[in-house]
Amino acid sequence: MSRVLTPVNRVGVDERAAALGRRSIKTTAKRQGIRLAASMIDLTTLEGADTPGKVRNLCAKAVAPGLGLAPVAAVCVYPALVGVAVEAVTGTGVAVASVATGFPSGQTSLDVKVLETREAVAAGAAEIDMVISRDAYLAGDDARVAREISAVKEACGDAHLKVILETAELPTYAHVRHAAELAIAAGADVIKTSTGKAASGATPGVVLVMLEVVRDHLWRTGRVVGVKAAGGVSTTKAALGLLVLVKETLGDEWLTPSRFRIGASSLLNDLLLQYAKLDGGHYGRAEDFSKE
Amino acid sequence: MATVTRAALQWDYAPAPEARDAASLRSSYDLFIGGEWVAPARRVATINPATEEPLAEVGSASASEVAAAVAAARAAAPGWAALAPLERGKYVFRIARPLLDQSRDLAVVESLDGGKPIRESRDVDVPLAAAHFFSYAGWADKLSYALGGRSFAPRGVVGQIIPWNFPLLMAAWKLAPALACGNTAVLKPAETTPLTALLLASICEEAELPPGVVNVVTGDGAAGAALVRAEVDKVAFTGSTAVGKEIACALAGTDVALTLELGGKSANIVFEDAAIDQAVEGIVDGIFFNQGHVCCAGSRLLVQESVAEEVVRKLWARMERLRVGDPLDKNTDVGAINSAAQLERITSLVAAGSREGAERRSISCALPDAGYWFPPTLFLDVAPAHRIAVEEIFGPVVSVMTFRTPREAIERANNSAYGLAAGVWTNNGAQAFSVARELRAGVVWQNTYNRFDPTAAFGGYKESGFGREGGPAGLLPYVRLTV
Repeated sequence: MSRVLTPVNRVGVDERAAALGRRSIKTTAKRQGIRLAASMIDLTTLEGADTPGKVRNLCAKAVAPGLGLAPVAAVCVYPALVGVAVEAVTGTGVAVASVATGFPSGQTSLDVKVLETREAVAAGAAEIDMVISRDAYLAGDDARVAREISAVKEACGDAHLKVILETAELPTYAHVRHAAELAIAAGADVIKTSTGKAASGATPGVVLVMLEVVRDHLWRTGRVVGVKAAGGVSTTKAALGLLVLVKETLGDEWLTPSRFRIGASSLLNDLLLQYAKLDGGHYGRAEDFSKE
Repeated sequence: MATVTRAALQWDYAPAPEARDAASLRSSYDLFIGGEWVAPARRVATINPATEEPLAEVGSASASEVAAAVAAARAAAPGWAALAPLERGKYVFRIARPLLDQSRDLAVVESLDGGKPIRESRDVDVPLAAAHFFSYAGWADKLSYALGGRSFAPRGVVGQIIPWNFPLLMAAWKLAPALACGNTAVLKPAETTPLTALLLASICEEAELPPGVVNVVTGDGAAGAALVRAEVDKVAFTGSTAVGKEIACALAGTDVALTLELGGKSANIVFEDAAIDQAVEGIVDGIFFNQGHVCCAGSRLLVQESVAEEVVRKLWARMERLRVGDPLDKNTDVGAINSAAQLERITSLVAAGSREGAERRSISCALPDAGYWFPPTLFLDVAPAHRIAVEEIFGPVVSVMTFRTPREAIERANNSAYGLAAGVWTNNGAQAFSVARELRAGVVWQNTYNRFDPTAAFGGYKESGFGREGGPAGLLPYVRLTV
């Protein structure tokens, strides 16, 4: 069966996203926005060189970011390091998320994907970040994409499933919309933009389209699906821009970590720098804050 | 998805006002006649419609003061027409550049005097005004190419009367082609928004334009009427259809050339295969841009019945997020209504809409106590015979109607005394062009709305006026073809 795309006008999306990007966020709004953005972070490390020590440092930062900011929403690590992270954050309110399903490419068998998911959940991951099979999606095999999402969702048990669309590898905004709808129908609790390993990540236009899908789904079914923007969100300005997109597309009640997340590694320190500047009136040095 | 629940916050944008001190306003302005600032016999205050506070005193030109301006333009005409075209073009460039240099100042004054959001005056009005001067400056020495090689002469002295909705931009639309073609001009800005035209006069002075080439006389409708009846060779008017008809009557039987850019009741047509979320943005831009004080505003929304419910729901949700308030706040989407008189007109037409049986929905937003304000409003169940479907409201009010087939959409859209603009929203390229071809409107936007460019012609059919402004077509009204 051939795929039916709902039209999305690229020029219109980019103009709307750019217009919202010109909102002026100052003083109290900036202070509150930084606190909010920090609380929505999935503090992430996804490197081949990740070690238990590195993950423990990351967790310490997640639990106590500094300057009196509340803990971030979650830490996000590879499956092999879930146990270490769980031990480090238990009782702090910070969740442990694990990527799974052959992250970042997804080029492995469904059996392996399901097994990887089960192991991560068994190790204590409360959230699973899976990737869709872009090879299947680009070849037009929507059924396989949906089947895999459903299977991984089942393997998640009580863990929440975030489905990464890797939008940089999808042809158009209409495909972003379509893939998002597909993921939601197949059981995604959250739709997520990117792995952070592709050429681009959570651009304002892509996030806007995904927020609109989630709004339409809510209106149609009453079911809340979360959105996670990840990939390239490294500055306070970019993070506040995402909050503006959420606020003006879905409303203030969506400005909560249970409905919107930002996946990032270096963002937190920029938020801290900007937050300190609001108090001190001048920029600090990057060295003032621990890297991890 | 979080294992811990955190209370949802309400996140409000803090006020982000553009600094008012960017506006170098004087307390009082004279008339700009023959390169001199001439004290007027009578002055009136121009006010800030967002606060009703007076901003400055400006001249209210009498018929004799208007005649003096026309005489100055007449005296300057031979020299300006005789100037080498390339040199004329350089002068026009010299107006364009300071417009950009002083863009912040001009944007603040435009928002103070007219009530439009600083976001619009900063991002649209001022840059577009400069773009018109830049674009027409380049035409000055290439006119024969635009005119197909025919011989021509400037009209001479042109009288230009502009409206209050885009004061600086309309001044640019009028002056740039007139000057490039070798005419001298007397510009009469609108009574409620004279200030940026006066700042533009200062820019002409700084650009060392020869005295009398550009004259600016502020005043009310009587000053405009005096300008129409003065010794001018051409009149260009942008404003209401009622006044346009008076001008046409006054000039009937004379050899004074005339172009009119008048009102509209433009149709914004959304087909079922359109990208709906982007169409909703276009609807919002079409009717709430500049509080709906736009002659080509998409004030009649025609939606295919099969998607009407979705479009209306999304439009309403989007409208509820519009930020109405202080025009100088950078986050304001909808500013103040331009004047008490305009507010009264909007209010009375909206009342008529409710009386005639349409369902009115206005967003509930806090409106300031002082100043002139009207909440963004839509009307459902509008019949084509209702006044709100026929008459120009010139405010933030959209009338929603449905259609079943493309044929019906075209007939509905064309069923108007006006014909200024239209919007067509469809993902089907063939349909977009076939519908556009049948619409009797001077501008048809496809999958966008209210997009302006100095290289594109703008003007109307029927009671929306005649003549074109913008692009090479905008040169024609300012020349006399001699062969």
